[in-house]
Amino acid sequence: MQNNDKLILGGHEFTSRFILGSGKFSLDLVKACVEKAEAQIITLAVRRANEGGLANILDYIPDTVTLLPNTSGARNAEEAVRIAKLSRELGCGNFVKVEIMRDSKYLLPDNQETIRATEMLAKDGFIVMPYMYPDLNVARDLANAGAACIMPLGAPIGSNKGLCTKEFIQILIDEMSLPIIVDAGIGRPSQACEAMEMGAAAIMANTAVATAGNVELMAEAFKKAIEAGRSAYLAGLGRTLEKGASASSPLTGFLQD
Amino acid sequence: MSQEHLNESILSEEILEDQKKNRIDHMTYLPGMEVLESDVMDQVVAAMEAYDYDKYTEADVRRALVHDSRTPEDFAALLSPAALPLLEDIAQAARVETRKHFGNSVYMFTPIYIANYCENYCIYCGFNCHNKINRAQLNEEEIDKEMAAIAKTGLQEILILTGESRSKSTVQYIGEACKIAKKYFKVIGLEIYPVNSDEYAYLHECGADYVTVFQETYNSDKYETLHLAGHKRIFPYRLNAQERALKGGMRGVGFAALLGLDDFRKDAFATGYHAYLLQRKYPHAEIAFSCPRLRPIINNDRINPMDVHETQLLQVVCAYRLFMPFANITISSRECARVRDNLVNIAATKISAGVSTGIGEHSEETEKKGDDQFEIDDGRSVQEVYDTLLKNNLQPVMSDYIYV
Repeated sequence: MQNNDKLILGGHEFTSRFILGSGKFSLDLVKACVEKAEAQIITLAVRRANEGGLANILDYIPDTVTLLPNTSGARNAEEAVRIAKLSRELGCGNFVKVEIMRDSKYLLPDNQETIRATEMLAKDGFIVMPYMYPDLNVARDLANAGAACIMPLGAPIGSNKGLCTKEFIQILIDEMSLPIIVDAGIGRPSQACEAMEMGAAAIMANTAVATAGNVELMAEAFKKAIEAGRSAYLAGLGRTLEKGASASSPLTGFLQD
Repeated sequence: MSQEHLNESILSEEILEDQKKNRIDHMTYLPGMEVLESDVMDQVVAAMEAYDYDKYTEADVRRALVHDSRTPEDFAALLSPAALPLLEDIAQAARVETRKHFGNSVYMFTPIYIANYCENYCIYCGFNCHNKINRAQLNEEEIDKEMAAIAKTGLQEILILTGESRSKSTVQYIGEACKIAKKYFKVIGLEIYPVNSDEYAYLHECGADYVTVFQETYNSDKYETLHLAGHKRIFPYRLNAQERALKGGMRGVGFAALLGLDDFRKDAFATGYHAYLLQRKYPHAEIAFSCPRLRPIINNDRINPMDVHETQLLQVVCAYRLFMPFANITISSRECARVRDNLVNIAATKISAGVSTGIGEHSEETEKKGDDQFEIDDGRSVQEVYDTLLKNNLQPVMSDYIYV
């Protein structure tokens, strides 16, 4: 059954549910990390691309992986659109992760601008994956604007604090039909596993892997945790206990028809 | 001159005489200088004056270290003498924050001095208008050649510097330099004389996105005795430069006190608090710190940073990092390779390479025309710094930015 369990984004199918970030660690470890993580999607900051120059991140990402360029550095929808178009010109494909921040301290996403950018980019043929603060109304607006998934934050980027927004992410998982991909804040594999058990469609992680003592080994640990969490979700953990009836039916046992 | 924290290495007979002469009021704006409706300066100065670093204890420092996000009060404790015995713990904590926000990335750049004419009389600076040095200004063709030579080294970020002469290095001249830089580089920073917000807006249009202004010292009484003439003498106009730059649309602003001019703890506190207030007022602003210490200059090789030794420098750098973990910290080529290589492993995130503080030294086609602002200590090339970073398990980053 697991073999048919696919993550579908903009019509593209993926068997891996681990989206790996490529920032914050040595470029010569990227390839090994992708292999250990068995990641099929890797994010990169378009602003880090340095075509033909020194330390160009694009030179270090294996060809077999789908690139997910992000618009980090954008402060509004227009800037995000310009960065996305640049990434397409650089040959990074049609996927784009919208990141719009007007806050240099916590790097919290600007939901309103993200909705605007998602609409403009989706109309332009991009497969839009918006990073957002978990708010159901915003998630619905993003879906209507043409998003391919919703990427709520678990905690501020780089904080490794885990699922601080757990209850709100659960609401998105319960109410939205688009894949919910938990992005930002995941600090350890057990937290990734927990999010997957809740029904998240995938996990995006960077800092937790990048700042580990052994980067490749941590990439592998995340892969395993995400797979375990996915299996647990498919197996029906939690949901069965929450929603199932108890065996003795103490309140309805009197019914005779 | 105030006798407290007097750095005698700067002084000469001539300067002592000059200091006695009548000078313009350093707190009154000159015609043409934009006056902002802002209380940032008053808040910074009041907080600095109230900062009594001797009152902090080791317990205060330990408390600051365990806090998840640190308050100005924590910052004050981290800069206090009580923090010195805990410097190893502080450095460890700073390293954790640096890794959290930047991973092992270290950004590389180089400064280009396109002119060294100056109308100011800052008694500790090699460019000051009374110092007898060779003056020069690059024309557009020379700027192009210099920048092309720098770009060949692989750098993608450049910092354009001029001396502070509005008449010789006009805003238009600097704007043209930015336009040329845009052909070769992704990130363009400016370290020029402070200008009005509409002029910052013009320079932003020309391609610049980052503005660094060294306040030198936040003690206006001391400031007055060190900056004897020129626009720079006007203390509030300089202090509000970063805010004008942000109003002009610049993405990021850099802050610095020149450590060793006055009481470095108070100056470092004011620098951090200044950045803190502006980040709260302009949350999108990218914040950066520089941590320069005084250096010898041509015609005065005695100048030194007084009581700011390497230990104190590390304390300041770590305190900035712990207080504002998301800020970039630049470590100057004033410092030696050993200090710089270690600081980028702890808290600094930006390092210059292939540095010359003279005019016209990067390209073989241009001859060196103007003398240096100060003596640098780390003269390593771009490749040497790049290789050292890699060897130390750090990732050199040439570009982390798109001008949009």
